[in-house]
Amino acid sequence: MLADKDRIFTNLYGFQPFGLDAARKRGDWDDTKALMARGQDAVIEDIKASGLRGRGGAGFPTGLKWSFMPKEPVKDRNGNPRPNFLVINADESEPGSCKDREIIRHDPHKLIEGALIAGFAMRARAAYIYIRGEYIFEAKVLQQAIDEAYAAGLIGKNASKSGYDFDVFMHRGAGAYICGEETAMLESLEGKKGQPRLKPPFPAGAGLYGCPTTVNNVESIAVVPTILRRGPAWFAGFGREKNQGTKLFQISGHVEKPCVVEEEMGIPFRDLIEKHCGGIRGGWDNLLAVIPGGSSVPLVPAHEIIDAPMDFDGLSALKSGLGTAAVIVMDKSTDIVRAISRLSYFYKHESCGQCTPCREGTGWMWRVMERLRTGDAEISEIDMLLQVTKQVEGHTICALGDAAAWPIQGLIRHFRPEIERRIEAHSGAMMEAAE
Amino acid sequence: MPNVTVDGIPIAVPDGATVLQACELAGKEIPRFCYHERLSIAGNCRMCLVEVKPGPPKPQASCALPATEGQEIRTDTPMVKHAREGVMEFLLINHPLDCPICDQGGECDLQDQSIAYGRGHSRYDANKRAVTEKYMGPIVKTVMTRCIQCTRCIRFAEEVAGVEDIGALYRGEDMQITTYLEHAIQSELAGNVVDLCPVGALTSKPYAFEARPWELKKTLAIDVMDGVGSNIRLDSRGRQVLRVLPRINEDVNEEWAHDKTRHHVDGLVRRRLDKPFVRQGGKLVAASWDEAFAAIAKVARSAKGSVAAIAGDQVDCETMFAAKSLVKALGSDMLEGRQTGLAYDVSNLGAVNFNSTIAGVEDADAILLIGSNLRWEAPLINTRVRKAIKRGARVFGIGPEVDLTYAVEWFGNDASLIAKLPKAATDAFKDAKRPMVIVGGGALKLDGVQGAAMGLIKTLKLVSEGWNGFNVVHTSASRMGGLMLGFAQTGGIADIVAAKPRLAFFLGADEVDYSGFEGSFKVYIGHHGDAGAHAADVVLPGASYAEKHGTWVNTEGRVQYSDKAVFAPGDAREDWSILRALADACGVDVGFDSFDGLRAAMITAVPALGREGLAGYDFSAPKLDAKAQMKLGGEIAYPIADFYLTNAICRASPTMQRCSSEILHGDEMLEAAE
Repeated sequence: MLADKDRIFTNLYGFQPFGLDAARKRGDWDDTKALMARGQDAVIEDIKASGLRGRGGAGFPTGLKWSFMPKEPVKDRNGNPRPNFLVINADESEPGSCKDREIIRHDPHKLIEGALIAGFAMRARAAYIYIRGEYIFEAKVLQQAIDEAYAAGLIGKNASKSGYDFDVFMHRGAGAYICGEETAMLESLEGKKGQPRLKPPFPAGAGLYGCPTTVNNVESIAVVPTILRRGPAWFAGFGREKNQGTKLFQISGHVEKPCVVEEEMGIPFRDLIEKHCGGIRGGWDNLLAVIPGGSSVPLVPAHEIIDAPMDFDGLSALKSGLGTAAVIVMDKSTDIVRAISRLSYFYKHESCGQCTPCREGTGWMWRVMERLRTGDAEISEIDMLLQVTKQVEGHTICALGDAAAWPIQGLIRHFRPEIERRIEAHSGAMMEAAE
Repeated sequence: MPNVTVDGIPIAVPDGATVLQACELAGKEIPRFCYHERLSIAGNCRMCLVEVKPGPPKPQASCALPATEGQEIRTDTPMVKHAREGVMEFLLINHPLDCPICDQGGECDLQDQSIAYGRGHSRYDANKRAVTEKYMGPIVKTVMTRCIQCTRCIRFAEEVAGVEDIGALYRGEDMQITTYLEHAIQSELAGNVVDLCPVGALTSKPYAFEARPWELKKTLAIDVMDGVGSNIRLDSRGRQVLRVLPRINEDVNEEWAHDKTRHHVDGLVRRRLDKPFVRQGGKLVAASWDEAFAAIAKVARSAKGSVAAIAGDQVDCETMFAAKSLVKALGSDMLEGRQTGLAYDVSNLGAVNFNSTIAGVEDADAILLIGSNLRWEAPLINTRVRKAIKRGARVFGIGPEVDLTYAVEWFGNDASLIAKLPKAATDAFKDAKRPMVIVGGGALKLDGVQGAAMGLIKTLKLVSEGWNGFNVVHTSASRMGGLMLGFAQTGGIADIVAAKPRLAFFLGADEVDYSGFEGSFKVYIGHHGDAGAHAADVVLPGASYAEKHGTWVNTEGRVQYSDKAVFAPGDAREDWSILRALADACGVDVGFDSFDGLRAAMITAVPALGREGLAGYDFSAPKLDAKAQMKLGGEIAYPIADFYLTNAICRASPTMQRCSSEILHGDEMLEAAE
């Protein structure tokens, strides 16, 4: 279990105020100038050495991502230099996921300081924090924190007296899940319809307004100052090789005490639930399945997950993923087919409509799922549905198509007998009624 | 030049090519819906998926993937086949099966590709999506249930037409293409979205349910609606041209056509002159050819060489040459084609030509428009200016401010500005490597403008090695041909009015101020009962451009040939044969007996008309009367008042009238309705 002294987010539960004074007492903004004085490349090297992997779901090494940013300003057609930009993804809309909300609500200065240091390391002119539209209170808190930081000279011209000019802007989204996809977020920031862009070019080459851009998750940025203060070795000391550090886990569903908690990467599922959530509702025998990383990863049945390490590689070995570490726990009272069908509806509702497989496929999958829920289907349709998910997966511009396909694939992989039972029961009832 | 292999075939592709282009170079067909060569890449239909190594182990959209050295591209693997079948199935689950009542049938990309790449059966048994109709104006008919959301129309409107009138609303499977508030598309290029639409969602409203593509005879022709000379295809059935489609010509119209080109065709069967008329007692009375000829011959014999010919805007070179021969045989050389009274100096044809060529506009880096509303005078040159701007060009304008779909720095509409350009323009032109001036008919009308514009050749350094940026844009399809054939007087049409000809031939000339010809015996040879026929003493029914072979020279001096699609209606004849018969009636010899003989004589007289392509005039600025320059000044006004009603064919076309009243005068209509 992670010791209290090793926690990065020391005000996760809001026992202290979020404001600048309280944040300073917690150690934020402590000689930020010195951290920046180490130099841009040194910061990137430290982040690489810490083994930090992106906390937004895909788990791409953060330091490596930063190193893709051009070190010299890219010139446009007229020979004018283009600025670099940092975009921070606070459009947390994945069902089950709520860590960024807690960070922004209670520890926004960690994010703003991280933005400054990360932006400095990647030679960015400004950071744009794209915050989910529904986070109304959080947006207020964040804006207040930004204003405090400006007033204290921590950001803005000569930020933290480092001699580096850096601005932080907050931009509120309008409630579209797809705007959490990095290139759709850039489109939305530019004032266009939120639809993912084709890659290449990648944002590091041509991102926001055509300028080099890095998009990072809130948690990835917020942990940066602490990693630099306590050293990459400290951070890398947690967890397993390639899955290092601490992580915010968000446990929801059928546990005694749902919570958001910072824990060491790779903590076994059983420990996570026992220590922080008071166990499964009705005991371990009552556990049916777990969606370990937010709605877009396949579910894992109880017997596989119980002793699995909760990190990127441990969960991908179970053909699932860590995602955002939004752990959705379902006990045996759950109508599992209905649960997944609801997720299918979510993806149908949130598909942007740009590319064909996702636009047409998500609706189709949801309609079949709805019939599987009641059993009003043929057995052969299970395989057809599986095939349709394969037709969507990997054929789309962004990962929303994959995200819509995976939960269904997970369901069919682990709960096919349940679906078949429903179909047989339904057709049996029909036969009876016909007699 | 990256080297790649496509299905094992090694091939070197140009730098910057995409994988899709590489496959096409290797002779492999890649199915696609959203990709279009002339639009930005959307990559959203996912039909062009191929397998590429190195790369992720999933199919890649070839339209958006750059070809790089050493790529192994496969278009024939099971993975690619399944990907295409999958996408095809998705596209079809919500596409209605209404091909029998769909106008796109027979030329539908979705039909063709579902046969070639689809599975042949459907596994989807839920209800299909239905989408409410959208209103897009008098040109574009919508059946949005058929839409496959390829967004070609959106990209065309934004990128080529320059109007942000089409867009998508909602998301996911509810995404709908619309004109937002469902008004008419405010563009003269709207009809192109019909061609671009790969399915039957956007079809042609005037052509709705007229014909199936396989019933139509296709004739290659040249557009006469403006001076650009767009390459077109006339689709006809029986004796009627049913629709006009653009042909690809990179030098002229790329593959676009404006709405006047496309939809004037219903004017070709309305208000036609189909028998001769002779004025008796102040009224035009139907007559036989012999009676009409006799009436003309009587005047011709007594005219003693006081004969003139005025050519209209839509007359082919052969007709003009035949008229010239006749007038010459009758002992005169009074010929004029600039019917509205323009009188610029034509001693050097290069000086009144679009010298940079139309395609050359794209290379310009500073453009000055002098009295030219390009959007109406030559919409397909306007699209080239848009392309130049995309490459970094700046555009300045002298003339009344109009919306040309791009940013123009307007200086005002006084012609005297040409001689003293504001500093912003001179600075921009100083740095320009390919400076360009486009002079329109609206400016040339004013005294001294031609000379002042010529002066810019020197001050703005418009002419350099391999570049000539001095351009005049003409609005009439017959203009350059007419000038080559000598249809110009020093003082313009005013010279002819002053000469008071006893006999005057008007070749489809409907924009002439006929009050100056009250003393003349007026013979109108043309195809529509418009202003010219109303004023004439004798009306001889001729053939429209679609009903005769012809030679045309566009505003850049490009000689092009057009074929005959249908026969002229009723008693109407091809114009050259009318003039030839008239020569007999008048008892003179014009030196040809057949169309081929006429064309040969014309080419002998003007050899450039015998070669397809640019005529290649010598360029030198003519010495102009210095006195005229002194009077430089006055307000510039554009020659076109209503884009959709510029000539007799358009004015006879119900579609063009509807466009005019709805797109140009829609606000007035709304007001009147209130």
